[in-house]
Amino acid sequence: MKIAIASGKGGTGKTTVSVNLAAYMSSKYKIILTDLDVEEPNSSLFLDKENYDKTIISRMVPHWNKSTCISCGKCNEVCNFNAVIQIEALNEVVVFPKLCHSCFACSDLCPTSSLPMGRERVGLINHHFHKKFDLIEGILDIGQEQAVPLIARTIAYTDKHYSTDYIKIFDSPPGTSCPVIEAVKDSDLVLLVTEPTPFGLNDLKISVEVMRKLNKEFGIIVNRAESHLQLINNYCQRENIPLIAKLPQSRNIAELYSQGKLVYRIDPQVENEFMKISQFIEIKRAGK
Amino acid sequence: MIIAITATGNSLDEQVDPRFGRAKYICIHDTENGTNKFVDTGDIASLPGGAGPKMAQKIIGEGTGVLITGNGPGNNAHGVITRAGIKVYAGAQNYTIKDALAAFENGELEEF
Amino acid sequence: MKEIVVVSGKGGTGKTSITAALAFLSSEAITLADCDVDAANLHLLFGVKYDEGEEFYSGQLAKIDQNKCKSCGRCKAVCHFDAITESEGQYFISQIDCEGCGYCARICPQTAINMNDNMAGKLYDSTTRFHTPMVHARLGIAAENSGKLVAKVKEKAREVAVKNKSDYILVDGSPGIGCPVVSSLSGADYVLIVTEPTVSGIHDLERVYEVVKQFDLEAGVVINKNDLNISKSKEIKEYLQKNKVELLASFPWHQEFSESLALGKIVGEKENSTLKPILIKLWEKIKESI
Repeated sequence: MKIAIASGKGGTGKTTVSVNLAAYMSSKYKIILTDLDVEEPNSSLFLDKENYDKTIISRMVPHWNKSTCISCGKCNEVCNFNAVIQIEALNEVVVFPKLCHSCFACSDLCPTSSLPMGRERVGLINHHFHKKFDLIEGILDIGQEQAVPLIARTIAYTDKHYSTDYIKIFDSPPGTSCPVIEAVKDSDLVLLVTEPTPFGLNDLKISVEVMRKLNKEFGIIVNRAESHLQLINNYCQRENIPLIAKLPQSRNIAELYSQGKLVYRIDPQVENEFMKISQFIEIKRAGK
Repeated sequence: MIIAITATGNSLDEQVDPRFGRAKYICIHDTENGTNKFVDTGDIASLPGGAGPKMAQKIIGEGTGVLITGNGPGNNAHGVITRAGIKVYAGAQNYTIKDALAAFENGELEEF
Repeated sequence: MKEIVVVSGKGGTGKTSITAALAFLSSEAITLADCDVDAANLHLLFGVKYDEGEEFYSGQLAKIDQNKCKSCGRCKAVCHFDAITESEGQYFISQIDCEGCGYCARICPQTAINMNDNMAGKLYDSTTRFHTPMVHARLGIAAENSGKLVAKVKEKAREVAVKNKSDYILVDGSPGIGCPVVSSLSGADYVLIVTEPTVSGIHDLERVYEVVKQFDLEAGVVINKNDLNISKSKEIKEYLQKNKVELLASFPWHQEFSESLALGKIVGEKENSTLKPILIKLWEKIKESI
């Protein structure tokens, strides 16, 4: 089963929920945690990092071969992203790898095969091995702008190494656009983490619209649940969305988080909320 | 020599456009005969991506020797422009086109 | 007119709260721009309502004309995004997965595939309850954020700022380090990075600062929730010293942030605000640095 932990607004506690849920559930289930927030991956900061495999991830981009090029301009014509530009004055075809979406059109349609596809490094996948559960994290190289190809590869890597009897927890990127969609589109269940503020609610509503458009099953977890909780309560009731758990507002949790420590066992109340999330997942899993 | 200037409008009294790839117009000034031609680059400015490289292609196609602009071209376009032997003068966004040309002639603009 | 962009790498550090407070407390003429188009929030603090807005198109999506399609399957064979599926001899293109490359449309022997412009969101040019002009946007549901809508917000903000004779454009940037951030930073005169003393805060600060450095931009840092973890805060200060980045201000972990937010108010707006003096000093320092 694949579970994506997502949120529209950043800093609501996606990573806190992901790592603590993985730790909580790992006593009973086979768990793999995957960090798909490749622009700013943080899950590994909360776990020991003794033993891990590193894989360099590349995507395919065209490389121009001057000696066979006949300057027909086909590549320039077919590239919808202006990643391949013919400069007649220089008698050159220039490839801009950052703009390339790896569609292969220029390469395949070049009459003299002068744009063979080759690798371009985009980032890393680190695969950490722990006693209780393993962690896979995608890390985008600084200077790379497209997160989506690396997210797709990180999911594929997870599926290749862990069978379907694992519960796969995906810590997703923030926002509501392409990186999030790539991260959640193959998941069986999405848990949206929010906070009871006007910002949290505003971004939650957008996330809910996205999940509905993607036809996803989803529920809501409120973090820093305090005085204005009814903001989210009312919304969930009105929209008929399950409110699965409420993690309390607590300076203690914030301090432990700042040190990179897990919080699910600090008190019975917090542990109880993780139990509720776990039970919710178990019910959904049994229904599959 | 051809001087290309990114422009916010199609007359000499308009401001230099600070952006390169997404400039609204390009003024093509020919120093040989003093003529000015304004090229509407709205189609490039509205591209979802790759406006910089497209604009580079355009000004190279015009036979440009000197580019006067504001923020300066991004990394993508800059490499191509340099290879085409074009000298880039940035930071001219507070000038009108006319004043930018004069400033260039007086050596008041800084090379990028 | 100078452009200040506020970023943070990590979400939830207080970027939007601080951007709003600076705009509210400054005595100069400001134009606000919200470039966090995925999860735009600045308007919530300024009493701005979404109105009609200007439609914004970006990129294209492929669609098959079923009347012309002869089900040869060539489109599916060339698509590298798994966007084309076949069901009982009919081919369909997922509008979610389509990348807009147009390869399928180019090679379809029946020319049965059309590329349609994609409405990616809406752009708004609003006025706030303090009469500060604000440019903001809303991305379409499940639309792609190529950074172009961000660029559009900034472009519009510049127009508005010129019209209103603003001294500064204050930009609430996007999180992360990818295309929206790069678009947010483009053309900035100064970058304000908001961080927090947590393991994630430091990690994300370092990554976003690398991006800022690549663009060769002047930057200063604000530590929010400073007393949450004194040793992490020290770590940030050491990092800043090593990289010769100025620490402009430190804010304590303060109820005023969450209280103001819950009421839809700006930090520093209430009387006797504890944070107001720090914010005013921060704004002075930013102006000096530019």
